[in-house]
Amino acid sequence: MGNLSVPVRRALVCAFTFLSAAALFTSVAMAQNAAPDLEKRLADLDKATKAAQMAGDNAWMLTSSALVLLMTGPGLALFYSGLVRRKNVLGTMMHSFILMATTTMLWAVIGYSIAFAEGTPFFGDLRYLFLHGVGAAPNVDYGPTIPQQTYMIYQLMFAIITPALISGAFAERMKFSAMLLFMTLWSLIVYFPMAHMVWGKGGFFNASLGGQIPAFDFAGGTVVHITSGVSALVCALYLGKRLGYPNESMRPHNLVLSVVGACLLWVGWFGFNAGSAVNAGSLASSAFVATHFGAAAATLGWMFAEWSHSGKPSVLGAISGCVAGLVAITPASGFVQPFAAIVIGAAAGVVCFLMVTAVKRQFGYDDSLDAFGVHGIGGTLGALLTGVFATKEVNDVFSGRPMGWIDGNPGQVLNQAAAVGVSWVLAIVGTLIILKICDAVVGLRVQEQDEVQGLDLSMHGEEGYNFES
Amino acid sequence: MKRIEAIIQPHKLEDVKEALKAIGVDGMTITEVRGHGRQKGHKEVYRGMEYQVDLLPKVKVEMVVADARREEVIRTLATAARTGKIGDGKIFVYEVADAIRIRNDDRGDAAL
Repeated sequence: MGNLSVPVRRALVCAFTFLSAAALFTSVAMAQNAAPDLEKRLADLDKATKAAQMAGDNAWMLTSSALVLLMTGPGLALFYSGLVRRKNVLGTMMHSFILMATTTMLWAVIGYSIAFAEGTPFFGDLRYLFLHGVGAAPNVDYGPTIPQQTYMIYQLMFAIITPALISGAFAERMKFSAMLLFMTLWSLIVYFPMAHMVWGKGGFFNASLGGQIPAFDFAGGTVVHITSGVSALVCALYLGKRLGYPNESMRPHNLVLSVVGACLLWVGWFGFNAGSAVNAGSLASSAFVATHFGAAAATLGWMFAEWSHSGKPSVLGAISGCVAGLVAITPASGFVQPFAAIVIGAAAGVVCFLMVTAVKRQFGYDDSLDAFGVHGIGGTLGALLTGVFATKEVNDVFSGRPMGWIDGNPGQVLNQAAAVGVSWVLAIVGTLIILKICDAVVGLRVQEQDEVQGLDLSMHGEEGYNFES
Repeated sequence: MKRIEAIIQPHKLEDVKEALKAIGVDGMTITEVRGHGRQKGHKEVYRGMEYQVDLLPKVKVEMVVADARREEVIRTLATAARTGKIGDGKIFVYEVADAIRIRNDDRGDAAL
């Protein structure tokens, strides 16, 4: 990362050649102080090109940070809240919204340090406690052309959306106080260590920065989607089904909101994936394209699978497919060719459709908004397929050595499986422990009458829609 | 005085309102309701979960008219609301004990 791009390099070489020629002529003519003058001009040129690159990269990274936050608020807030019953619309939005505030505090105090400071292969040390030392100077390991503050704020947005995804599993029945405690513990115990293992310097699975078992996870298939998706399943099983599920009608109360949310997720995801290039160069373009193609292919995959299975292509299916594709392409986005992205997306669309319809009905668990079916399974599929399709033609992180199966390294799929396995185990074990603690301290599930009344009134004293006023 | 209550198809509301206005009935209360008679509902599918939706959207039109106008109003209303298909709705007629205009305390037929 941080190498000057080819056109800039070419420009420098031309400038250097031109200046050398000019200097030669001048010294022949004058034979005086041409050398110090030339040195100074080259130094100035060097500083100017570096500043230009930093400006370009920082502009993109700050934009990406904003895009990723947009994915949580209002992207995910709209997507999820449209799917629940009217009496829970605000409570569901609050699950996403409040994390924008609470996770930020955790991150600022200790989260960034645990995730990105160098330490053990499993978590960082406390050198960045209270963001000490995180300022304008770049961190050359992560983003040599941007201020470390930018990198920190970018990664914060990931830390915010990941726990928000879990809320899909316990929608309509989780106590607000329990949720706050749960999310705090979950970030500390599951997210920050997982982020460190995959993206932190010296992290166990870090493919570019000294990992023992290098696994490719460009933007968070394991860190974000598997951890949250699998945790969601554990929550759904632990909390139990909603009252009346599956016999009572629990149709989405406002799919319009969900469609708007899905579109914001699709657009925001460009910040999530293409921003993970940590610069505005060609890798960002490649990840952008792969992301978009994956989303499109998955939308069609789910839609056609549903059309042939149920007779009608639903809008809910189309937007669910799009999210499933975005999830699956997340770990692969900066490592695969565009047409590999289409294959990954299409596979995710079909597989997640089957998970969410057939498999979920078979096992009967109430993962209310399909956080596990889409994120857990989509993330697992994507992470494994990354081992198949990762290629040095797109992003040469192994310095010329083969990367994925198509490069001639089928063993990479095993590395991917290892990272997937660890994220599953960490999510399951961590979440179980945290659920037990929260249940003991505050009690997880709302009282029956509160659930019947709806969380908006019982937890927040509000109604989402007041048509009388 | 009689209260005439009609449950009709939502898309026939404009026709009914125009027809009643044309014969001089301009006081009515309109409510959006859900219900069904013999008309079957429909099936909705959300991520593989099937829901049979039997409560269909309808519109309830209520008005109070003088006894003398009763048949005229019923005929006009029914003709305007009719499509000929199942689901057209029903009209019910109730006896009204009294009517009072709030603005000036008029009572009986004068209040209508």
